[in-house]
Formats: sequence, C-alpha cells, structure tokens
Amino acid sequence: MDELITMTAADLSAAMAAGEVSAAEVTTAHLDRIAAVDDRVKAFLHVAGDDALAQAREVDARRKAGEPLGPLAGVPVAVKDLFTTVGMPTTCGSKILQGWRPPYESTITRRLRDAGAVLIGKTNMDEFAMGSSTENSGFGPSHNPWDLDKVPGGSSGGSSAAVAAYEAPLALGTDTGGSIRQPAAVCGVVGTKPTYGGSSRYGVVAFASSLDTPGPLGRTVLDAALLHEVMSGHDPMDSTSINAPVPPVVEAARHADVAGLRIGVVSEFSGDGYQPGVMTRFTEAVDLLEALGAKVTEISCPHFKYALPAYYLIAPSEASSNLARFDGMRYGLRTGTGSAEEVMALTRAAGFGAEVKRRIILGTYALSSGYYDAYYGKAQQVRTLIIRDFDAAFSQVDVLISPVTPTTAFPLGERVDDPMAMYLADLCTIPTDLAGNAAISVPCGLADEDGLPAGLQVMAPPLADDRLYRVAAAVEAALEQRWGHPLLAEAKGLAR
Amino acid sequence: MTVTYESAIGRYEPVFGLETHVELGTRTKMFCGCGTTFGAEPNSQTCPVCLGLPGSLPVVNRRAIEYTIKIGLALNCSIASWCRFARKNYFYPDMPKNFQISQYDEPLCVDGYLDVAVGGKTVRVGIERVHLEEDTGKSLHVGGATGRIQGAEYSLVDYNRAGIPLVEIVTKPVPGTGFLAPEGAKAYVTELRDVLRTLGVSDVRMEEGSLRCDVNTSISPRGSGSWGTRTETKNVNSLRSVERSVRSEIARQAEVLDGGGRVIQETRHFHEDTGVTTSGRSKEEAQDYRYFPEPDLVPVAPDEEWVKAIAATLPELPSARRARLIESWSLSELEFEALRNAGALDVVEATIAAGASPADARKWWLSELARRANDMGIEVSELPITPAEVARVAELVAAGTLNDRLARQVIEGVLDEEGTPDEVVAARGLAVVSDDSALLTAIDEAIAANPDVVARIRSGRVQAVGVLVGAVMKATGGKADAARVRQLIMDRLS
Repeated sequence: MDELITMTAADLSAAMAAGEVSAAEVTTAHLDRIAAVDDRVKAFLHVAGDDALAQAREVDARRKAGEPLGPLAGVPVAVKDLFTTVGMPTTCGSKILQGWRPPYESTITRRLRDAGAVLIGKTNMDEFAMGSSTENSGFGPSHNPWDLDKVPGGSSGGSSAAVAAYEAPLALGTDTGGSIRQPAAVCGVVGTKPTYGGSSRYGVVAFASSLDTPGPLGRTVLDAALLHEVMSGHDPMDSTSINAPVPPVVEAARHADVAGLRIGVVSEFSGDGYQPGVMTRFTEAVDLLEALGAKVTEISCPHFKYALPAYYLIAPSEASSNLARFDGMRYGLRTGTGSAEEVMALTRAAGFGAEVKRRIILGTYALSSGYYDAYYGKAQQVRTLIIRDFDAAFSQVDVLISPVTPTTAFPLGERVDDPMAMYLADLCTIPTDLAGNAAISVPCGLADEDGLPAGLQVMAPPLADDRLYRVAAAVEAALEQRWGHPLLAEAKGLAR
Repeated sequence: MTVTYESAIGRYEPVFGLETHVELGTRTKMFCGCGTTFGAEPNSQTCPVCLGLPGSLPVVNRRAIEYTIKIGLALNCSIASWCRFARKNYFYPDMPKNFQISQYDEPLCVDGYLDVAVGGKTVRVGIERVHLEEDTGKSLHVGGATGRIQGAEYSLVDYNRAGIPLVEIVTKPVPGTGFLAPEGAKAYVTELRDVLRTLGVSDVRMEEGSLRCDVNTSISPRGSGSWGTRTETKNVNSLRSVERSVRSEIARQAEVLDGGGRVIQETRHFHEDTGVTTSGRSKEEAQDYRYFPEPDLVPVAPDEEWVKAIAATLPELPSARRARLIESWSLSELEFEALRNAGALDVVEATIAAGASPADARKWWLSELARRANDMGIEVSELPITPAEVARVAELVAAGTLNDRLARQVIEGVLDEEGTPDEVVAARGLAVVSDDSALLTAIDEAIAANPDVVARIRSGRVQAVGVLVGAVMKATGGKADAARVRQLIMDRLS
C-alpha cells in the first residue's frame, strides 16, 4: 500500500510543509486508491479527479510562492454529498437531485477551499441523511471496509468508509441523530458532532434544521480536531450559528490528559439490546480512563429513554417542510406532464425513496392541525427535559460517556425492512442532538463476537468541544500503546 | 342581483374586517441581500436564499423588524418582547420553498387600534395583530381564458418579489357602522395608507401591489344580536374596490339569506369590471398549513431600549395632524376631509407657513389650483407653483394690489412659467387701478350711460349698483378694486 494514503492528515501536512512531498502527489495517491478500491467500497458518488488535482497544484503553487498555508493545505477531504459545491454535483443521495450542480458553495467547503484543502469527491449517504446504513441511498449502499458484507453505518457512511478505506484522510459529515458518530464507530474511525451552531449549516442541504450539525471524520483524534477547527466558527449566513470563539480542539487533542477529570457513565445506555462485545470494550475503556486518573461515576439521565420517540417526531416534522421544495419546478428531477400539482406529485413519487416518504408522511401527520400539540409540541417538551438531564449531569461531571451504538456493523440488508431496528442504531447518539451538545466517537477496540470495531462516545456541554478531544486523545493514545498499532491496522479486507 | 345594497342594509347589520398586506420599502429583501426595485427584469433580483435553493438559509433583515415595530407603535399596538417566525406550509409554484416564512401565534405587534373618520364621526378600528412575513413570487399564467393557473397553457414565475418583506395588518371585526360599513372599510384603508406613507415604511402603491387587501364581510338580521358567517374577498386592489366589494358582498349575502339559504364561509374574488364577487375555493375545506416555529431562525427579541428609540423617531401621525390642523385652522371635519382628499394638506400648511392666512391658503389651493391640477391630471403638489408663491399672491390680494380676477391671471402666469408672482404682475401689467381720479372718469361715464339704473338706486334699490360696478370694471379692464368702485359710486350718487 502506498505510504501516502496511510499517513495521517497531520503527518501529510508536515511532509508537504517540509517539501518532502507535493500536494499533487498526495492527491494522486488518494485518487489511485479510490480507483483501486471504490468499486467495492462505493464510498463516493462523485470523484473530483482532474478538478482535485488542479486544486492540489494550486496549493503547490501557493506554497512555492511562499504564501502562508494552514494545516490542511494539500490534504484531501471527502465531502458528504449534501454540502453544496460549485463544480461538483450535489445529490444528497437522492434521485430527485440527480445531476444537480449547485450555483453556490457551502460555507464550510468554502472555508476548506480557502484553507487549501483538496475536495477530492462527494461521498455516498442515506437519502437526505435519513438512515443508519447508507442503504437508503438512491444510488446503492456503501460497504464497510472491515467487512464488505456489512454496512458502514449512516447516514455519513460514505464518509466513514472513505476514511477507513484510506481513500481520504479526512471527511465531512453531518450529524442529525448520530449520522457522524455511528458510522465512525462501526468503521473504526473518529467522528465528531460539534456543538449545534458551532459549524455553519449554510449550503448544507437540510434534513432537520434544529438538529443538523456538520462535523469532521478522520482516522485519528488529532486529524478530526484539525478539520474541526478549520470548518468551524461564526457564519453570518446562518442565523443559528454561534458567535463565539471556536473551542481549542487542536490544542486539546495534542494535550491528552484526563487526570482529575470528572467523567459520568450514563447508566441508561446498557442492558438488553446491547451487544456483549461492545459492552466489554466499553467497560474496559471506562477502567482505562479511571486508570489514567479520571474520577468516574455513574450518572442517571432518566429522560434519555424518551429521546428516540421525540426525535422521530421532531426530525420528520422539520424534514416534511424542508423537503417540500423538491417539486420538479426549479431544479432536479421533473417527471410527468399535466398540471403543476400533478407534476409535483409525480416528481416526488418518482424521486424520493421509501424511507424519505415514510418520514415526510410521519412529519406531515405530526404537524397537522389537531395533532401538533400531542406530537410535535410534546416532543419539544421532551427535548427540554433531556436538556435538563444534561444540565443536571454536567453540574456533577465534566463529560458523559457511553457506547456509541448498541451493536457493531450489521449485515447489509438485515434491517432494511425493519425501520425500528434501524432506528435503534442511533439510541445512544440522539440525546446529544436533541440537546445541541457536542459529542465524539473514538474507537475502543473490536468486539469479540465479530471482530468489528466498537466506539466510545464522549459527550460535553455546548461549546466545550475541546473536552471531547482531551478525553478521546487520551483513550486513543493509551489503547494504541496497548495494541502496539492503530486499530485500523487490524482491519482485514481492504486495509491490507 | 335583485337585492340592492340599500334594501339589504335596511334589514341586515354588517360586520367587516380587513387583512392588509404591505410590502415594506426596505432596500433589501426580508431574508437575503437581494434588491427590491419594482419592475426589474424578471428573476434578476434573486439569489440562493430567495430562490429557496437546497442548503440556503434565511437571515432576518433588521430594518424590516424596525419598520414593523414602527407600524405597530403607530397603530397603538403592544410590541412583543420575544417572538418567533413560523413556517406556513403549502405547495404552489411561486413559493420557492413550498413554505412561507411568516408569523403564527407569536406576532411582533398585537392589540392596537386606528381611529378613522367616517361620515363625520370617529370609528375606532381594533387592530388584532401586525406580523412580518415574506412575499411570494409572481406567477403569469399564459393561455387559458381566466389568467388563473387552471386552464393555462404554461406559467411563468418571477421570483423578484419572492422574499420581499411583507407586513400583514389584521383588524378585529368592526361592527356597528351600519349603512356606512362600505365607506368605513374604505376610510380605514385610506387612513392606514396615510399612516404608512407618513411613517415612510412603504410606498403603499395599490396599483403596484405594494398594498393589498382582503376584506371580510358578514351580515346578520338587525336586532339578532349575533354575527353571521363571514366571507373573505381577495383581489381588492384599490380604495374604491374596498368600498364596492363590501357593498356588493352585503347585497349578495342578503339575497342568500332572504332566499332561506346560508352564507358559506369561503374565499371570494372581486371583479373590478363588474363590481361583484365570485366564489373561490371554500374555506370549509381549507388547507392545513401545518405551522411550526421556523427552526432556521432564532427568536426575535426587541429590547425595550430599541423600541423606545424607534418610538422617539415616529413622525406626527395623520390623526394627530388632523386634530392639530382642525384646531389651528378652525376647520370643520368636512372642510378638513376636502383638503385631505384633494391631497392639499402639505401645500396648504406650507403656504400658511409662508405667511398666508388659513382661509386664503385653502381658498387658492382648493379652487383655482385644484382645478388646474385636475385639468393637467396631476396632484396639486406637483403643480409648478410653490406654496411661497401662492402666499405671495394672497399677500398681494390682501394689500389691494390684486383683486381675485387679477390674482387668477397671476397664478396662470406663474404656472406658465413666466416668473414669480411679482414678475408676472409687472410683465402683464396686472396691478389694480387704485388712482381714484382715473376711476371717477369711468364712474361718471357709467352714471351718464345708465340713467335708469341710477334712478332705481336712488329709489332705494341699492343692489342695482352692481350694474354700474360691472360697467366700470369692464371699462378698466378688470384692474379696479370692485369694493372701492362701489364705494365711489355710492358717494357720487348720495
């Protein structure tokens, strides 16, 4: 395997800065890797190819001209296909947007371009980010690089698979109910859901506006932090963007130390439905943190059990409204002839997949006059209770921890006909989204039953994203020392 | 229709209410930086936000909030210390997102009133709410008979209007105006328009659609003590139409009730050409708009200091001005109405400020100048004569330099751009003949030529002196002071 593709973003950046390798060479190595494996992984919906090389050459020219360049200059980044990108299609994994080329750039990809990052392609996802396996993509599923018959998680499964398969050192995802952390966990990579409002949603095609949070995926905690820092910060184009300094995530990732940190283990996230191998690795991680000097206690968050049902009212409600604009009138797919209403109906019938339709119907119903109070209104009250649970917990501890998902990667096809089973994959991640907090998923080992990765979730209060990196970096360093290598080195199939 | 308004109103008591949409005159749109110029090339004032492209997000225009608070304060409303936008969901091709960002149960301004003069008395129209939303695009349906989307061959959409800030002002139901209900509805919109214009928040041009009305009307049998089912008439796009639509709807509903039918709660369309309303879609099967708080926007929380600062900038409102002018110019309500309807308030006030008496200023602007403006098809304020010039003419009359007839010629000269009043007087030689000896010659000639008239005057029929005055005025080319001539004749004959 080409050494360039296994290097971390931090190392690539240092090598390029030292003149040991050019951005064009780094990009070429990754494009070659994509060409070699992506027919099996299917992480990408669009590979930027020549355009990516052109971006890389520009970085090389800027470096040659002596321009000061940031830490991501020349580093390839795979972009989930719901960030609008000029020059590349944006489909959101949906037939209804097939071939759409946005006339404007999302704030985050604009920041990455400005920082010299190379946007290497657009990654597969569950249609409009609705799903936990990429099987709801209108263009076929992605595959887990650890075992191609397993799902890579979702909805940012293309991004997690691309990073795990060494097709890109970094990727952008979005997290609405766990869509960064869950795929990161089942692919054995690092993924962060930043504080809501910490990363701009401008140019991120909306699923559920009050929940959608763009965030980074990478193979190491430091890499994720580097991307986190560059993509974040106040954006006047997003009213919900927080006007506050970006938490010092890179510094935290470099100074892993949990001595004296108060850590709470969420007692609700265990028991029935949790795979024993996942719980074993989690318990070991708890012990490890204690051994590193953290003060670990158990914390009960009694309303977390209502998070999943509340989420499945709020997210579909917002989605039913957000997705109304896809009607064939202005862009994307248009099907049928007849009146405007007929064309709208036929276009939506043909363009949306089953899960999207299911959620539009759910949301339309939940917002209906006469049902609003009982469904959407009640769910918002639950949301308040969950925020209070977090507030109470964070008055006692600095961070909360739990498994990221109840199970490791499940087989492709296993849950497609069982939406409830699919929804349970996000059981542990949803409370953070509802509260608008920050959380990270960091690999904590392989489950004994199937040899697949399990993830540790660390949750922090809003704007305390740096705490996530402090804890995750400590766990990463200690486990790598124990294993003698990064976890991904144990991946069987494609990684070898 | 067989039932006339006059017969209907004798038997039924009407209640009306209005929802008025006003496009604010902000430089940029409600949620993006696009321009708002009327009549620009279609779709030239658009961007990802107002086109509702996937991924785009709205950002609130602070000036639009300020304007809405201004309107709320002028309408005596309470200003919410915290409110939210909401999404109103429905599908229509001129709605870029298929939802409209509006306000639902948390409007920015609530519970106010506007006093309106109707038939010489004041009616207090309650204001339910004033809220802020975004306008939709404009559809042009091509082919088909009606210009509506049904039956059209194809439709064109111009999104320049999409996202223009739109304020909706909703009245409470207005009962108790009886026969004057149609006039009252019109008077309310007129007063509201004047308020908005005074505030400078909108150009309030009904013909350009920057002020649009939906009129609710219901009737109930006199003395029944309850209100009837209301209908909502859309497409009411002029002040005259507001009045006509209420009239026609009252008559129509009376005919329905007279025939033993019931009024259906529905949307109706007003037709300017025929003056009647026809049924639109029925509200009984109304859409469910599935309102919910707009998650892309943070709540709007105008702090007290800001509201106070806005209140401090409010100009004198039409009702206050009305009271002040009626008082200081000693006018009746009807005289004030005449001035206002002639659009002459500003010029009369300026003319008085330039030194004319209120009576003189009113007289000139309402008679000679109003006639000239009408002939030219323009507003009096657009005439090529300044209030200061009119004041000077009045001053020359008061000084006896001009009489009314000469003054009219001076004004004509000024309007024809011959110069200032003094220049016109000099150039046309229009000054009154004030030399008694010159007048006495003409008077003696008139007396000599009209012995029968002289005889009548001497026999006590003094009013006959007018014949002699007329003869003298004719002889002097109108340049004499008629009162002085009269006095000199009487002296001569005594």
